Formats: sequence, structure tokens, C-alpha cells
Amino acid sequence: MSSLSIQNVSKFYGDHTALNKVSLEIPQCSVFGLLGPNGAGKTSLIRIINHITAPDEGEIRIDGQKLKPAHTANIGYLPEERGLYPKMKAGEQVIYLARLKGLSKTEATQRAKAWFQRFEMKEWWNKNVEELSKGMAQKVQFVATIIHRPKLLIFDEPFTGFDPINTNLIKSEILKLREEGATVIFSTHRMESVEEICDRIALINKAQKILEGPLKGIQQEYKSNIYQLELINTQSEPPELPAGAELLESKREDNSWHLQVRLQQDEPNRLLQKMMTQGNLVLFKEQIPSLNTIFIQKVSSL
Amino acid sequence: MSSKIALIIQREFINRVRKKSFLIMTILGPILSAALFILPAYFATLPDEERVVVVLDEPVLMDFDKGKENLKFNYLDPRKFDLEDARRFYEKSGHYAFLYIPPGGSNMDPDFITQNIVLYSMGDINFSAEGYIEDLLEKYIQKEKLKSQGVDPEVLARTQTKVDIRTINIEEGTEKESLTPVKMGIGYIAGFLIYLFVFIYGAQIMRGVIEEKTSRIVEVMISSVKPFELMFGKIIGLASVALLQFLIWLVFGIALYFVAATFILGDALEASKVAAPGYAPDQDLALQIMNTIGQIDFPYIIGCFLFFFMFGYLLYAALFAAIGSAVDKESDTQQFMFPVSLPLIASIIVLIRALDNPDGSIAFWFSIIPFTSPIVMMARIPFSVPWWELALSMVLLVGAFLVMTWLAGRIYRTGILMYGKKPRLKEILKWITYRH
Repeated sequence: MSSLSIQNVSKFYGDHTALNKVSLEIPQCSVFGLLGPNGAGKTSLIRIINHITAPDEGEIRIDGQKLKPAHTANIGYLPEERGLYPKMKAGEQVIYLARLKGLSKTEATQRAKAWFQRFEMKEWWNKNVEELSKGMAQKVQFVATIIHRPKLLIFDEPFTGFDPINTNLIKSEILKLREEGATVIFSTHRMESVEEICDRIALINKAQKILEGPLKGIQQEYKSNIYQLELINTQSEPPELPAGAELLESKREDNSWHLQVRLQQDEPNRLLQKMMTQGNLVLFKEQIPSLNTIFIQKVSSL
Repeated sequence: MSSKIALIIQREFINRVRKKSFLIMTILGPILSAALFILPAYFATLPDEERVVVVLDEPVLMDFDKGKENLKFNYLDPRKFDLEDARRFYEKSGHYAFLYIPPGGSNMDPDFITQNIVLYSMGDINFSAEGYIEDLLEKYIQKEKLKSQGVDPEVLARTQTKVDIRTINIEEGTEKESLTPVKMGIGYIAGFLIYLFVFIYGAQIMRGVIEEKTSRIVEVMISSVKPFELMFGKIIGLASVALLQFLIWLVFGIALYFVAATFILGDALEASKVAAPGYAPDQDLALQIMNTIGQIDFPYIIGCFLFFFMFGYLLYAALFAAIGSAVDKESDTQQFMFPVSLPLIASIIVLIRALDNPDGSIAFWFSIIPFTSPIVMMARIPFSVPWWELALSMVLLVGAFLVMTWLAGRIYRTGILMYGKKPRLKEILKWITYRH
């Protein structure tokens, strides 16, 4: 049973097609990466999920129900362009946004105070947002995004503008939310920034979905049997390879050889055995393709 | 859903009222506008510096008139001075001006004298001083002419009469003294207040929308509420601020009226006790105004004012919100402000004419057409407006408000998510048809 199901969604702005029959299945309690270059249609899709705009074709279902305005109370959204009311106090602002998501005043106040304490920003409570630094304001905004404990969290370009410390803080909070049962969508054009935390991904290019599935599976599918090796021996000749292995790159450094080898068949043990006879093998690693590589490969093959 | 609008209204209201500028405007507003009316009047009463005009009156036309308090005449003896001497005397004396009245010759023809009178000066002559001297000369020359026709000036003086017409409006049921000037005053102030409020608060809405857009909070907001709710909440929130401000002024005004009434009426009563019975002292203009104010149907006027004030504001507020949504910064609003301001400015021009002739056809049409009716109708309301005209105007205004708010809402919901290039009017109108 999937938490969010996007079925054949299209969106047009005049002559421009922002989304062309995009379908996605986003399971519950997962971190989903919505990846693609700028202008691919990610933000259009996110706005449709957030009920900001409606799709021209297709439909969206949350837990099997057709998306309706009431669902927004269960969605937390951090837009790419962050923003808060500059002339409003940080604490009041969080309470205000929480109440708009349906929290009562007491509950909003209680939770906001708890979050301010947890993020060590109690002393900003009565400060106007315009007095806060950019990083501070982003933390306030993050709290406002998750304060109503949404079941679905959507982060558009989540880590731009955060310093490394805050990035880690936010990342661990997001993973905690997933453990508590939330479904998380990351949308970004910087694919390497989410590679390590996504369970599933979808690649979007020019308004169309070009790839979707579990991250591990996709990487398996797109790996090209390339291995990296480091072999310590004293011979000046490159090591001998087994039949069916192709040397892509070799480099001599001090006493060791750095090699990149492609195997015809998926039989790394044969390579391993052969190499072990020729010296001390200190590195043997299969090269997992990065999402960037996969994306480029996929786009160029279309 | 409605609780979200309530939250938005509350935020807008509290945020504005808490600002210092609200307090300052609420207190300073009436003082400044009162100063605008009172200060020029006050300065006009200040004594001018005394000016002396040297006069060589050869035919002794002016009968050694002393002039007025700030304009004195200094007569030179025609037997000792000729024109040249007198001019030299004037230039040396440094007085304000030099008036030369030439001799009338043998026949003492006043017209001949008139044509040759010259006023010399070493700087620019004050307009009112010149007017005063001309009036004076006209008076004396007329006297000369009457004398030559054999009319005794004494008789003439006795025949002079001053008439003050009392106007009574029979239409208003019981015969009341006509209140035209007071009514005009009320109509003007009411119309002008609406004009001012629409502009000031309309601009605030526009700025608020632009602020939400440039601070990028708007996308977070509309992931929680509908764009229309956000726009509507902002409009109503600011309307309540405007209403609060107006009510504060109203309470101040009423308090001031009662304070003034006790003082002026108290004094006037004292005075009338002292004065002989039947004698109505002329200086009691204030008392008269107080009397007439008592006869005006204030609940009716204030009720109508609140109606036209609210709906006039609401009609324009949505338009201002739509303008704000279409641009990224305030300086881009100019070209869209023009078509919206035009009917407002037209109304303020027509307002003056409508006060003069509240039943004229210009006043009629402009008080029926929704975009001008809030202001122009206020000019007519203190006078009697046929009930069907008032009803028609109100219905059209409410209808226009609903239609314009709907249209503006459609522009708004597209505009708030549009960044980058400044759209043209044509594109903005196209947004109305976008599906969401």
C-alpha cells in the first residue's frame, strides 16, 4: 500500500508542458528522491501535491484517497525559496503557521517552545525574523515545516543554504521523522546530496519521468562491472589479468599499482584470485555508478 | 476553513495595530488635517507689517483717506510738490509705493483723472494692496460723479442696505433653516475621507502582498490556505484596522463636539441674556452652526458613510491586491496603478461639482456607477437622495465588489507564484482564464 500515488499527471502552462503523464508510487515510511535538472518539472509536481495548483490531467491519491484540500494539514512543505514574514517574531510566526495547519493555539505554542529548546534557539523566540541570520531563519522555517507532525514531508532543494552543521542536524531530524512513520520527498537537482539517504528515486527530465525505482536496484542495474584495485608489488610491468578482463586504466605509484578493470562477466572472484598471486591486494572495490552518471547515461541513451 | 481566514484576519489586524505608525497616524491624522484647514485661516488673521503709500493727490480726490490698518497713506501737499519732487521724495523715503493722481484740468473730468492715475513702486506690489487702492479710488471717483450729477453723498449713505437672506427648505418636512453650507461640508469631508482611506489602505494591501511575495512566504502560506482565503483575509484584516481608526476619530469628534458645544453654547447663552430681547447678534455664527448641526440626521449619514466606506474600500482593495500579486517590487506597480487610480481621481473632481449641484446629472451618474459612487454619493447623501437611487447605487456597488474580487482573486492566485519578468496588462488579464 503506497502512501502517495501520482497517476498520469500532466500540467501545461500555455504552450509549455511542465509535466507530461508522470506516474510515481511513493511508499509509506520511505525517503523518496525526486531528481532532475532545473526546469524538469519537479516544482510543478510538488505544487500539485501541495494543492497549490491542480493538474490538468491525471490524479493524485494519498492513502488511496483522492487529494483534497483537507490533506494539506498532513503535508509539510519546505519550498526551494525559503521565506517567512520578516517583521514577525520568530516564535509567533511558527505558532501562526502551525495554527494554519490546524493545530490549536495551546498545542502550537507548546510544540514550538519544545522545538526552539531542542534546536537551541530559545533566545530567538522574540526576535523579528529579519534580525535573524540566514541559517537561523532556515532552522525556524524547518520547525514550521514539521511542527504539525505531517505524514508527508516535501523538501524542495533541502540542503541549499544550510551550513554543514545544520545540514547534519536537519538530515538526522528528517530520518527520525521517517522512523516515526513519515514519508519524505526530496526534490533536488544536486543528486549527490541525497544519494546516501534515499530509499527510492525517480529521475525527471523535460517534463517526463525517465526512471523510477529503489536506489540500490537502479545502481545495480546501471553498474558496468568496473572494479578498482590497488596491488602492492615491485614489478615494473602491469599485473597480468585473467581472460575476459579489460584494463581500463593503470597507474604506478611508489610500490603499488592502481588499476581500473572491466569484467565481461560478473565474476569478480576470478579476477581476485588472479591478482592475489601477483602481490598484496590492498583495495578491491566495485565501482557503483553515481546518480549523476546514471542520469547522464539515461538521458543520452534516449 | 473559515477559521483559517479568521487567523489571517487576526494576524493582519494585530500586526498593523501594534505598529507605531498606526498610533501616530490615528492621533496625528486629525491634528494634521485640522491644521490644514485652520492654519491658513489663522495666518490670514495675523497682522501684516504696516505699509505706507506716498500719495500726491493733486485734485484732492481721496479726501485724505487714512487707509486701513496695514496700509496707510502719506499725503504730500500738492502746493509744495510736483510729480518730480514727489517721486524723488518717495525714492528717498523708502516707503512701499507712490500713488500719483494727476490734476483734472479745468473741467475736473473724473474719467480723465482715472485714466492717468499711476502707482509707482520699487518692488512688486502686493496684489491685495493694489486691489484695495483701486477699490478706494473707484469709490471716490463714483462719489465725484454722483456729486456732479447732483446727488448728495449724505442721502446716498442713508440708502445703503445690507441683506442677509434666510433660506428655508420646505421639502424637508418641517420648515428648517437651510443647512446647505454645513451639508456641503459634511459631504466633502465624508467623500474625501473615503478617497483617502481607499488610497492609503489600498496601497497598504498592495505593499503587504508584495512583501509576502518578495519574502517568499507566500508559497508556504498557500500550501496551507487557498490563495483567495489569503487575499480575502488580508483585505478584511486591513478593513478592520481602517474601521478601528475611523471609529477612534468618530469618538474623538463627538467628544470634541460636546466640549465645543458646552463652551460656545454656554457663552452664547450668557451673551443672549445680556443682549436685548429679539436682538440676534451677528457674531454668533458658531452658535448658528451648532444649531444646524443639531438638525442633521447623523445616524443616517454615518450609516451610509460606513456602507460606502466599506464597500468602496472592498471594491478597490481586491484590485490593489491583484496589482501587488502581479509584480515583484513596488516600483513596478506604476503602470497598473494608473487605471485603478483614474476613477478615484475623477470622483474627487466630480465630488466638488456634486456638492454644488447634488441633483445634477453628473452627480447622478457618478453616484450610480460603482467605481465612483462611494465618493460621489457621499456628496449627495447629506442632501435628500431619492431612496431608489440610493438603493440602486448600493446594489451595484456590492455587485461590482463581488465581481471584481472574484476577478482579482483569479489574477492574484496566478500572480503570487510568478516571479521574474514584469508582466504586461494583457498577460495579467489572461491569468483570469487560467485553470488551477
